[in-house]
Amino acid sequence: MTPTLTIFLILSAALFCIGLLAALSRRHAIFILIGIDLMLAAANVNFVAFWRFSPEPAQPTGVIVAIFSIAIAAAEAAVGLALVIAVYRHYRTTNVDKLNQLKG
Amino acid sequence: MSSWIVTYLWLIPAVPLAASLVILMLANSRRTASAALAIFGQVVALTMAVAAFLPTLQTPGYRAFHNFTWFTFGEQTLRIGWVIDPLAAAMLVMITLVGLCIFVFSIGYMAKDKNFTRFFAYLSFFSAAMLGVVIANSLLLLFVCWELVGLASYLLIGFWIHKPSAAAAAKKAFITTRIGDIGFFLGILWLYGRSGTLLFYDHGNGCLENAGLLLVGASATFIALLIFCGAAGKSGQFPLHVWLPDAMEGPTPVSALIHAATMVAAGVFLVARVYPLFSLGAIDGVTPSLTVVVWIGVVTALMAALIALAQADIKRILAYSTVSQLGLMMVSLGVGGVAAGIMHLLAHGFFKALLFLGSGSVIHGCHEEQDIRNMGGLRRLMPVTFLTYAIGMMTLSGVPLFFSGAWTKEEILHATAHWPKSSVPYYLMLAGVVLTALYMTRQMIYVFFGDKRAASEHAHESPRVMTMPLIVLAVCAIVFSIALTPAWPWLHGYLSGEPAHFEIGQLIQPMLFLSLALVAGGIGLGVLFYRKAGATDPLAQAQPAIFRFLENKMWLDEFYARTVLAFAHFAARFSDVMDRYFWDSLVRALAGVGQLFGILSSHFDERGINSGVDGATTGARGLGRFIAARHSGQIQTYLRAAGVGALALLILYAWLA
Amino acid sequence: MSAAAFIVIAIFTLAGAIAAATMPRLIHAALSLVLAFIGIAAFYFLLGAEFVGLVQIFVYVGAVAVLIVFTILLTRRGQEDTRGFSWGGVVVAIAVFCGLVWAILHTRVSDAAPQIDPLTVKRIGEVLMTNYVWPLQCVGLLLTAALIGALILVAEEKR
Repeated sequence: MTPTLTIFLILSAALFCIGLLAALSRRHAIFILIGIDLMLAAANVNFVAFWRFSPEPAQPTGVIVAIFSIAIAAAEAAVGLALVIAVYRHYRTTNVDKLNQLKG
Repeated sequence: MSSWIVTYLWLIPAVPLAASLVILMLANSRRTASAALAIFGQVVALTMAVAAFLPTLQTPGYRAFHNFTWFTFGEQTLRIGWVIDPLAAAMLVMITLVGLCIFVFSIGYMAKDKNFTRFFAYLSFFSAAMLGVVIANSLLLLFVCWELVGLASYLLIGFWIHKPSAAAAAKKAFITTRIGDIGFFLGILWLYGRSGTLLFYDHGNGCLENAGLLLVGASATFIALLIFCGAAGKSGQFPLHVWLPDAMEGPTPVSALIHAATMVAAGVFLVARVYPLFSLGAIDGVTPSLTVVVWIGVVTALMAALIALAQADIKRILAYSTVSQLGLMMVSLGVGGVAAGIMHLLAHGFFKALLFLGSGSVIHGCHEEQDIRNMGGLRRLMPVTFLTYAIGMMTLSGVPLFFSGAWTKEEILHATAHWPKSSVPYYLMLAGVVLTALYMTRQMIYVFFGDKRAASEHAHESPRVMTMPLIVLAVCAIVFSIALTPAWPWLHGYLSGEPAHFEIGQLIQPMLFLSLALVAGGIGLGVLFYRKAGATDPLAQAQPAIFRFLENKMWLDEFYARTVLAFAHFAARFSDVMDRYFWDSLVRALAGVGQLFGILSSHFDERGINSGVDGATTGARGLGRFIAARHSGQIQTYLRAAGVGALALLILYAWLA
Repeated sequence: MSAAAFIVIAIFTLAGAIAAATMPRLIHAALSLVLAFIGIAAFYFLLGAEFVGLVQIFVYVGAVAVLIVFTILLTRRGQEDTRGFSWGGVVVAIAVFCGLVWAILHTRVSDAAPQIDPLTVKRIGEVLMTNYVWPLQCVGLLLTAALIGALILVAEEKR
């Protein structure tokens, strides 16, 4: 048996939900970023898998999108972590429960 | 039986590496365990090195390699591998043997250091990386290990990180060698572009074999020079030598291991390894790249020997002496005496490690004093150290007959004398021999003879664990010479792949008398000159201007600060000014235009639209107050709500479909 | 694509990801994240997209993971524990997972992988420089902006 597209999709769904879990449940800001990174990576697995199983794999669209997505994820991580540091400097905490400035 | 050895050659660096990783995971208090592990790893590596050494003895010019595909990248395949030949085998044995002595010595020297375990982890790591450089059969693998060696030396030079000078020295060493490595890397890329392979030997297709060299063609000169940049950086050749003396900030065993015996030898080893690239298209044994190597080597050797004359720090003198000896080896490689250069490299590994460990013993005995002007009369207080140090000193100066350094130095002089291009390097090398004898005599007299001075009042002999390695290395430095004499040039034959014959008549050569005269002259001059040396150096009294010039290392550091660094500073300041005034004013102008629009539209807003909206807001405010109560400001609550919402949409879709 | 390799990599990746999401200590989570990323890169290799796999390793393992570790080090001082955990998120995540699996299983997809020529770096480079040259420029701009933005956010204010 070789892995099928369905298996890859379920795997990436699992990765996505693990990332979601980290983003939803952990109290520490860096964990939220870790979760977001995992979710992005899961989406990339989908892109590449769809490319590989598409009827026209000579056109590498899925791969190109995945590459762009990785570049954007890098930018996201840099800005996100910079935000964590800035927030930490300001509030002396990275616990998101204590960061409720969104409240009007 | 030889084929399986080359397949498992990778174990030689892998065992010290594994030891290093295990030690890193040990707690700081597990001192005995960490030292035992490091030494065990080194002993295993030494055993395997000897096992790999034995088959190379059977056939002259023996060479075995094992290549495999590292990874496939689209259409290209990157292959790496390892090789064992006389050059690699001799280096393996020397590195593991000297390394073992230094590891044992470190137990005593670092006994009181609180980061004892970390030190051994770094030492093991360094040893692993260095062994990797030696066995690599691919320029890429060699470069990877080369950089790991650089990292290890950075960690070890800056081991006493709490000392600002040590941190600065580590940084300087790392950056200076990196300048050379950029050239090296460009050379690798160029070579790959031309020949399509980075393997040294690959059944005739490697980049050092005929087919590969044919592809390289005329660009070999530039590739060789770029690779030489890397070698010059690691081996402290002029003008990249500035890091080596500063690197003496590290613990003394580190100076011995890295900056005497092994790492600095990597550059010489590299040139010897890719020698076919240097000598490609040679006429009469002379190519442009080799000529550059010769002159750089000559300048380095002479300059460092002169500077060593005026230094006061015991380790710095040895550091400059190392720079000088490395220059000598480069000259030897450049004039075509590859075997002679490598022989000197091996001999130098033993006796310079001996000298450094001896200086470590002196420093330890004098309670961390490094200034030779404060020592004196130590020969009675530290007899073992004195005797072994004297052997090291005589080997370095090249006292004939019994000491290995003398024979290798003669080989080099022989090779240099026959260089067809010019005889100037030969005469300069002769001057270098005199200078070497002179500065070593100066050091001996200051440290071991004369009256006791401040630091030697309470000096004591070092413990056995420190003196034993000294004795082993001293014995090595003498016994090694058996394989070097012209009467039985075994090592020369081994390295160049020709069988050696025993002929006692060859022992005495005309060159021997010349070098005897030169060494005797150097030592005699030293004794005469420094016999009554006091707090001020006799040279400083006789020629204060020259002394100051040499004492300040020919002002090269200052010269770099004025030129290279000043340029970097200027570029930075220029960009800053551009940023601040030019770009900034541009942005400000744009912002002004935006502001103007803002003011205009705000006026329009206030008068025209505002009043109509007022009514709508009162309604919205009531709704807002209701929704605001649901908003806790907790982003995770919001996210969770979004998740539930997405799920609800999905269920809705499923229901409709 | 062999099933055995797939199963091994899948277990490795999922274990790494779960550890990254649930480890109590931040630094352990960051290191597990590296494992998960390496596993994902292995999937790319399995799928025949070696270049994406390498980029994944360079960017995620080489850069993002290091950034995370640096941030952990920089924000560690005076920090209370990082163990806070709420079970509400777990419920939502599992529910979303069930929904996604339901959707995947009810979608008709072609499961046969066609034979393909190896996707060379040259081909990717050509496509990037022709069809996708504008997106490429935009990503370049975005990365520059992110770089500057991150610097501004983190730079110490002058007093």
